[in-house]
Amino acid sequence: MNSTWKILVVDDEVSMRESLAAWLREDGYVVDIAASGREAVEMARTCPYDIYFLDLKMPPGIGGIETMIEIRKLQPEATVVIITAYATVDTAINALKEGAQEYMVKPCNPEEISLFVKRTIEVKNLQRENLYLRQRLNRHYTFQDIISKNPAMLAIFDLIKDVASQRSTVLIQGASGTGKELVARALHDAGGRASRPFVGVSCAALAETLLESELFGHEKGAFTGAVARKRGKFEAAGQGTIFLDEIGDISSKLQMDLLRVLQERRFFRLGGNEEIAMEARVIAATNRNLQEAVEHGDFREDLFYRLNVINIRLPSLAERREDIPLLVNHFIERLALEAGKPVREVSKAALKLLMDHDWPGNVRELENAVERAIVTARGEVLDTADFDFLAQAPRGNGSRWTAPDGMSLAQIEKHAVESVLDRTDGNIKQAAEILGVDRSTLYAMIRRHNIPR
Amino acid sequence: MLICLLPVAGVCDGDLDTIEGFVASYFACETRRLPPLETPAGAWDAKRGQHDATALMRAALPLLPGGATRLLVVTGHDIYIPMLTFIFGQAQVNGPAAILSLARLRQEFHGLPPDGTLYVERVLKEVLHELGHTFGLVHCADRACTMSLSINVTNIDVKRGELCDACADELVRRLRVLRAEAAGGNDGPAGSGT
Repeated sequence: MNSTWKILVVDDEVSMRESLAAWLREDGYVVDIAASGREAVEMARTCPYDIYFLDLKMPPGIGGIETMIEIRKLQPEATVVIITAYATVDTAINALKEGAQEYMVKPCNPEEISLFVKRTIEVKNLQRENLYLRQRLNRHYTFQDIISKNPAMLAIFDLIKDVASQRSTVLIQGASGTGKELVARALHDAGGRASRPFVGVSCAALAETLLESELFGHEKGAFTGAVARKRGKFEAAGQGTIFLDEIGDISSKLQMDLLRVLQERRFFRLGGNEEIAMEARVIAATNRNLQEAVEHGDFREDLFYRLNVINIRLPSLAERREDIPLLVNHFIERLALEAGKPVREVSKAALKLLMDHDWPGNVRELENAVERAIVTARGEVLDTADFDFLAQAPRGNGSRWTAPDGMSLAQIEKHAVESVLDRTDGNIKQAAEILGVDRSTLYAMIRRHNIPR
Repeated sequence: MLICLLPVAGVCDGDLDTIEGFVASYFACETRRLPPLETPAGAWDAKRGQHDATALMRAALPLLPGGATRLLVVTGHDIYIPMLTFIFGQAQVNGPAAILSLARLRQEFHGLPPDGTLYVERVLKEVLHELGHTFGLVHCADRACTMSLSINVTNIDVKRGELCDACADELVRRLRVLRAEAAGGNDGPAGSGT
């Protein structure tokens, strides 16, 4: 078993490095030796070791501490033991401060070194096992790119598998940040259209005329500025999938046009006479309650039923809190790598804080929070202090916020959007991050509330 | 197969007879006792009052006779390696040589009355342990197995004096390979037909 663990002994004194290596080999470890710090760094670059024994003083060239710093850059998870014959409190403190796991004064008792190596390997075995189990768990709870063990989400995974290869339209409903686009992509990737295009359109981000042209394309000269024929998204999707995000925000004229396309499965480019067949599967998504919009006359009932052939309602993150640890681990694995930070896990206390948080911006807000914590984190473990910014959010100042009397939900939303846009000087990206919504949702809010920009 | 014993000056003949008899019988091989090795210059560390095991091994290795399978250096002095305060012995894992110190195996070293029977038991366990390393065995997790690590005499006394089934099987396998190689005309020792 020990033969899977590799140790490098680094000392300028030949009898020291050879005898310690021989002693460790008797335990079954694979042990190599290096005569200098530079040689050790070169060896670590080509073949990483699990444990490094580094002599503190190795004249000439770089000493044990400098060697350790270089090795740590290559291998943050490696265990480093600094050994010296000339121990002082200062050198010991310095070695440990710079990241050594152990500081040994030679000669040391065989029991001391034997126990240290044994315990280190035990910890490394547990870390390996933990990583393996975490990967297995993630695979177990992962469908396409969606991670969940929540029963409602697992039922959605089953539904996606069942309907992925069909042509029926799908309506995905869920609050901002719940993963509507991920579900749309999963529907596309899990079915027979996976090799065909997936074309997404954010209906809220574009003005009515632009959206029309974007969806259906236009002929040359169809309107001022149409200098050439342009294919629309329906054509671009071909036999793949077209994903219409924020469908609840389209104008009544576009609702009518879309209904016609869905009924007849053919359409015209703007300004064109040629009828084009629509072969793509349509998946629509919204964070609005479309049924309510139908009742209020804001959305066509016939279009609603055309879209709502298969309905998927995504739960908010608060309704699937058991997924928070899985999601946090997933985000740490991905985002720490992207940010080039050594963060590996989250402390128990910090995880409890995240579990107790409201997450009105859902999974996207959680992802943003983990990303921000990783960027500012100093160690390998994210702790409560790394998430202090959550407590500084307006809702977390200890007293419950109450809406002024007579203020409707729509007015509160408008007020929130206006104040955040003021704070960010109209920066849509920043404002969307603060509000925990994506940019297309924010655009939809701005249009819905006629907020001047 | 030939296993040679190289005493460092000062080891008594009685101890060497016991060791040689055990090795010949346990490994079913030819043995040879080499002339005593004079303590090489620089091997004695007056400050530590011990011999440097690495220096003794370095002096002993050129004395390995051609055709010999293994060399066991036996010293009556306490030995050390620079990293450790002492060692009972050290071996080249899957290599030609090992060294064993008899000093700490005596009860007298620890301020206790002599116990000849216990001493011989300890010596034979450690001989098997060090030679086991040279045949490729590594430390065993079974504390009763002779191949388990000893960092004090109590650890040695807990051992049964035999190998556990897994280590015994591994030793048999490795000896079979060595003998097959020797029979195939490699550097096998003369008379290793057992």
